[in-house]
Amino acid sequence: MTENSSPSGIKTALERYAALVQRFTPKSKLGQGCLRAFWVGGSICLLGQCIADAGSAWLGLPSAAASTFASIVLVFFTALLTGVGVFDRLARYAGAGTVVPITGFANAVVSPAMEFKAEGWVLGTGARLFTIAGPVLVYGISASVAVGILYYFIRW
Amino acid sequence: MPQHRIGSHTLIFPTRPRILSGAAVVGPKEGRGPLSQAFDLILEDALWGQKSYEQAERAIFQEACQRCLKKAGVATERVQALLGGDLLNQIMAASLAARELSIPFFGLYGACSTMAESLILGSILVDGGYAAPVLCAAGSHYCTAERQYRFPLEYGNQRTPAAQWTVTGAGACLLSGEGKGLACAAMATVGQVVDMGVRDANNMGAAMAPAAADTLAHHFLDTGRTPQDYDRVITGDLGRVGSDILHELLEEKGFALPEGGYMDCGLSIFDAQEDIHAGGSGCGCSATVLNAMILPRLHSGEWKRVLFMATGALLSPTTSQQGETIPGVAHAIVLEGGK
Repeated sequence: MTENSSPSGIKTALERYAALVQRFTPKSKLGQGCLRAFWVGGSICLLGQCIADAGSAWLGLPSAAASTFASIVLVFFTALLTGVGVFDRLARYAGAGTVVPITGFANAVVSPAMEFKAEGWVLGTGARLFTIAGPVLVYGISASVAVGILYYFIRW
Repeated sequence: MPQHRIGSHTLIFPTRPRILSGAAVVGPKEGRGPLSQAFDLILEDALWGQKSYEQAERAIFQEACQRCLKKAGVATERVQALLGGDLLNQIMAASLAARELSIPFFGLYGACSTMAESLILGSILVDGGYAAPVLCAAGSHYCTAERQYRFPLEYGNQRTPAAQWTVTGAGACLLSGEGKGLACAAMATVGQVVDMGVRDANNMGAAMAPAAADTLAHHFLDTGRTPQDYDRVITGDLGRVGSDILHELLEEKGFALPEGGYMDCGLSIFDAQEDIHAGGSGCGCSATVLNAMILPRLHSGEWKRVLFMATGALLSPTTSQQGETIPGVAHAIVLEGGK
């Protein structure tokens, strides 16, 4: 291939191919994806609020405890739906709508727990439990610590 | 100078090794596809009574081999070599199946190109008088490939439109130097690794298409043939995106594929209603379609001569995460009707 003989020639050939790939690769449907994420994600958040309000009204929980109660219930049902193999189908439809609320986090922990059980409780489930959620925990907690320290000194 | 070569990449098999029999075992989703009637066995579920999906992959690989031998009426002890591979780390499905079969074993890894790779190497063994009969096989499993290359099965994520669906299935062919076969191997073009800088592991068709175009161009240059000399030019698992790109690349090289003279196994195996996006993939894709569709049509005389080329994306999750691009490889073998 003579066009590839010089370093700049290689770059043009790769760039030309990248353009060809882009031309033939179908795009994700952004509008449809946003709409589905919005209504499913919004419904999950609404459900969470209803659970929290119900906790306050019927169980007499103070507001902080009612929020925790809502999280616990949502995590439980996500874990259950993941376990019976339904959640991934819902997520395939909703995308970010199920990933962003706490349901996404619960699914990210339960699915590897199930998947890697074949390798045993210690080296399978135990070691691989946070394969997906791990980075979120590491950087989420690190960021909150950093912001906490900043807040301690600045206190705006 | 090697005698049985023409051009830069092509080998000739003067004795024309026969494919005596072939078998294809597939999962339930593949079993609902258009080739439903042609498979030797369709599993009721992807685990098939095994303890893990890896064991299920081993079991279907073994089952395809055994069914292939049974169809040819050849006892396992008579087989002088088994060549095969899969997508698991350390090609464990093939290795574990080989442990059960007790046939001298060459483990192969060519990603999804493995079926063509095993047929070419098997033909060399038979043609050179080193072994016969020889069993060539390849398999893959959706559930093991997902966890190895992507996410746990129950993890909720969306696939991109260019993503492909790994075929659950295995195919096996028995090659021999004599006897009446379904088809025979006339020549083969060995592919070189080609990398055009694709990094997207969800667009493997685009990563493999340049290798496919390269191998086909070498084949046509080496042999002096054109795409019109074949009833079908068949690719393994380029899918919708890769096939479109292949047409474009071949046209640039001056070997445009004629209308109706091309098929992709990845676009032939699943029902269009299934949620498979750009098509099927995996070693099992070309291996099962070869045995369920291509060999029967060569045998019946519907096709006289085809160019069967399986395509492989040579990526690992580690190199992908380290930012390495995805090299592709494609091996082609000329199969002619047995009559």
